[in-house]
Amino acid sequence: MTDIEPDETVDARGAACPGPLMDLIGQIRDAEAGDVVRLLSDTDQSLTDVPEWAEEAGNELLAIEELDDHNAFYLEKA
Amino acid sequence: MTEHVVIVGGGTGGTVLANDLADRLDVELAADDVRITLINDGPDHVYKPVWLYVPFGQREPADGRRPLDELVDDAVDLRIDRVTAIDTEAQRLRFNGTAPAVDYDYLVLATGSTLEPERIPGLADGGHDYYSESGSTALRDELLGFTEGHLVLSVIGSPHMCPAAPLEFVFMADDWLRERGLRDDVDITYTYPIQRVHGNPHIAEWARPIMDERGIEVETFFNAEEVDPDSETLTSMEGTDLDYDLLVTIPPHGGIDLIEEAGLGDDGWVDVDKHTLEAEAAENVYALGDTADTGVPNAGSVAHYQAGVVGQRLASEIRGRPATATYDGKTLCFIETGMDAASFVEFDYENQPSPAPPSEKLHWSKLAYNESYWLTARGLL
Ligand SMILES: Cc1cc2nc3c(=O)[nH]c(=O)nc-3n(C[C@H](O)[C@H](O)[C@H](O)COP(=O)(O)OP(=O)(O)OC[C@H]3O[C@@H](n4cnc5c(N)ncnc54)[C@H](O)[C@@H]3O)c2cc1C
Repeated sequence: MTDIEPDETVDARGAACPGPLMDLIGQIRDAEAGDVVRLLSDTDQSLTDVPEWAEEAGNELLAIEELDDHNAFYLEKA
Repeated sequence: MTEHVVIVGGGTGGTVLANDLADRLDVELAADDVRITLINDGPDHVYKPVWLYVPFGQREPADGRRPLDELVDDAVDLRIDRVTAIDTEAQRLRFNGTAPAVDYDYLVLATGSTLEPERIPGLADGGHDYYSESGSTALRDELLGFTEGHLVLSVIGSPHMCPAAPLEFVFMADDWLRERGLRDDVDITYTYPIQRVHGNPHIAEWARPIMDERGIEVETFFNAEEVDPDSETLTSMEGTDLDYDLLVTIPPHGGIDLIEEAGLGDDGWVDVDKHTLEAEAAENVYALGDTADTGVPNAGSVAHYQAGVVGQRLASEIRGRPATATYDGKTLCFIETGMDAASFVEFDYENQPSPAPPSEKLHWSKLAYNESYWLTARGLL
């Protein structure tokens, strides 16, 4: 369990790729610098998509939390 | 008691459904057991795929417009008005001003997509599009006189209508400029928000080599953040700047605000069961076409198939039988790969697309489909 407190959560469970990444990008677009956005996704593709995009966009991926049937990604907007 | 089916949106999905129901429920309509109302915010039905051809001077916007009262079965009550509130508790729709509210027993939302260029600073002033009638004619006025410089096609955001159309535009522009001997003087760049050139990996894998072969530059992981119309620069969230001479974008899309206000889903898209198309947050409400959040492309073919499913389900419910028809994700798309060649894909929730080799025959099939579309809207095809 992580104790990171997200400012926003995007629940993209059930959405197929690239839906979760696009939902995350949309939320980061609206966020302020320093805000933490949490993405919930149950597609495995997010495990590669999200870190790759975070790296490209210079936002920090603080943690990936493995939960029962999905993953939670914590991203801090640069 | 007369059951009242109300369909909001007289685009592809709503019109096909209204005609489908008029046919399916002809006995019940004649006996006054059922009433069907189709509400649209304008008198015309608009066939958007025509807009792809307008910038190249090949079609006129009027080719994609017909009065709804010519397309819709006489047994359907047509109301031209804009719905401004949906109350799913009271099963009632409201309109602006003094127009009386409408009560429904079954509601189908087919309100399509709305363009939201204002979400990207500078986009409304700096960018062109072919995703609206006015956008397609303004782009035509620019493109027909464009003989040199940098043409950038930027896909901003997803989902958007017709995920094939951005690929089609750059393939057509490339071919069209070649035919006119101008291609050496025009650079073309295509940008896409994720790490490949299309959301569907199979279509991306097929399209990328064609782009490379034709010298279409590609920028992936490019999420446009700002347009500066003065310096003609497009900046991405990932920190890339692109200078352009002609910027064509697929602007951000949303649904309509009242869907969110009614608690039916986020961003104007209705959360539905992706097989039954029933709204998750309300009883007796269906959504279809672009407005139904199923994860499949926002395409007219999807709206058409979904209208058939909703038509069957509603007819069953009205007759007091269990509704068994379900939507399997079926999507069909022709993809123009130039001015006289096209490919074709077909896929569903289970089966992945495998684009057909581009041919002249498929190009003519796409144009033939565009012509016969009016029979589809009438419910005949
Ligand atoms: C350039 C372009 C090319 C395309 N090419 C293809 C293609 O080749 N093949 C394909 O399958 N698809 C294509 N599409 C996509 C296709 O046009 C759409 O997916 C399709 O129109 C969706 O149908 P719909 O019924 O969901 O919505 P629409 O057809 O958009 O209809 C929605 C209707 O609802 C009305 N409305 C909205 N809000 C209200 C309200 N509050 N009250 C009353 N009425 C309201 C609107 O005015 C509109 O008439 C293309 C789209 C574009 C832009």
